[in-house]
Amino acid sequence: MAAHPLRGAAAIVGLGITPQGKVYGNTPLGFAVDAVRLALEDAGLERTDLDGLLLNPGLSWSDLGMGSFQLQQALGLRDLRLSTTMGVGGATACAMIQHATQAIAAGLCSTVACVFSDAPLKPPAPERERSSSASAYGFVRGWEAAYGYFGVNAMYALVARRHMVRYGTTQDHLGAVAVAQRKWANLNPQAQLRDQPLTLADYHSSRWIVEPFHLFDCCLVSNGGLAVIVTSRDRAPDRRKPPVWIRGMAQGHLGGDPMDTLASGAVLTREPAFAMAGVALRDVGVVELYDCYTFTVLVTLEDYGFCAKGEGGAFVAERVSGPGNGLAVNTGGGQLSSFYMWGMTPVSEAVIQIRGEGGERQVPRHDVALVSGNGGILSTHSTLVLAREP
Amino acid sequence: MSTAYPKPLPDMSGAMKPFWDAARHRRLAVQQCRGCGAYRFPARDLCSRCLSRDADWVTVSGRGSIFSWAVMHQVYHAGFADQVPYAVVVVELQEGTRLVSNLVDCPVGEIRAGMPVEVVFDDVTPEVTLPKFRPSR
Repeated sequence: MAAHPLRGAAAIVGLGITPQGKVYGNTPLGFAVDAVRLALEDAGLERTDLDGLLLNPGLSWSDLGMGSFQLQQALGLRDLRLSTTMGVGGATACAMIQHATQAIAAGLCSTVACVFSDAPLKPPAPERERSSSASAYGFVRGWEAAYGYFGVNAMYALVARRHMVRYGTTQDHLGAVAVAQRKWANLNPQAQLRDQPLTLADYHSSRWIVEPFHLFDCCLVSNGGLAVIVTSRDRAPDRRKPPVWIRGMAQGHLGGDPMDTLASGAVLTREPAFAMAGVALRDVGVVELYDCYTFTVLVTLEDYGFCAKGEGGAFVAERVSGPGNGLAVNTGGGQLSSFYMWGMTPVSEAVIQIRGEGGERQVPRHDVALVSGNGGILSTHSTLVLAREP
Repeated sequence: MSTAYPKPLPDMSGAMKPFWDAARHRRLAVQQCRGCGAYRFPARDLCSRCLSRDADWVTVSGRGSIFSWAVMHQVYHAGFADQVPYAVVVVELQEGTRLVSNLVDCPVGEIRAGMPVEVVFDDVTPEVTLPKFRPSR
């Protein structure tokens, strides 16, 4: 069987990560500009080399419809052949890279910047003591408020509870993900929680946000920007850094009620993405999964087939323990412990690992990385298989 | 002057008006699709099963069981400050559809999946009644 035409049709050749976290004095647009500039520098490319721009604006962007145009103007980019503002939640990052690859493979453009940025955090002020993820993003609306049903934390918590009821998943299982990812973050200079170790006992004693979620079940909130540069097969070699080849990709959006499916769209994407990539699950050395919550990681591992449906809890307790042995999952600390750039966090860590730039946290087997994006309470999903070889 | 009700009140004029009107009269009402007969909550303009735009508000039993729940510990609105931790529950009605509501007369630590519950009506203001649930008696 001939290889899929999209396999290795493009590669990630530039990565730009701005300072992350409680970084003030910049706007969402400003972070996006900085991220693109850093990514171009990383690739050894100029702004004039870009002819495509895809943007996933975080919630603090105001004009969502024309975000990519705002960014084009801010960067002074001319004569683009592809420009789109995308929004499928946490699935957007991998989806942007998919669409960039498709456009490049079709000859519509050659070099595309895929960008995320957000600035939901405000500087601390004496009169504003708390800034939780929920209050930073502020969800209060409709009939739900009358019942005190606020925020995405609660929406995910209801689904996680169903998984616990149906499959016997425990609080220890969720905690195992939090602890393992923190161990990785402790080795990541860019991680917001680099200097804060976490034990399972710490996890259990951390405050509840929405049961069954403790504080450390929930991702961080970060100001910052993150961009990657995707370019064609012809242009990818001979850049400043070795290319990270895009070998497989797929989207899968389940729809329905996540309390019934208890699954991510990984179930739809795993076969086409791996078939396109020409690799198997056992070839994957680096696993970078979208982790808005610990629970999301556990479910996504099930849905890619690392274990059977419902066995994610036991699997993470046995096989996901951080650096050293077991499966290397979210090796920078993920969005739980490094920084929250929506799906760009797992993408960036996969690039770092495949290049071998992981420093203390470098995974020895880093030929093939699996990357997921997920949004809308398990409802939107995208998959990338990235590799050192095309 | 008496203390005002401190929590957010629902919009009584929107698509959910029949739900709140029924609650005033001690009835639990949800939409039922005229096309396929499916019950649904909250109110929607069309049925995602058969795409019919026609629906009736019908009174349902108010009996069901706990399908899922989340215990809210953070204060997202000042009106809930002295309530935390409180439970937001998903009740699966005998008719098959699910509602998000609150569970009363049950400590949050005693909530279990499958627990039988029944509707109660909480008159929070002279104009607004919130259907809630309690363990079945």
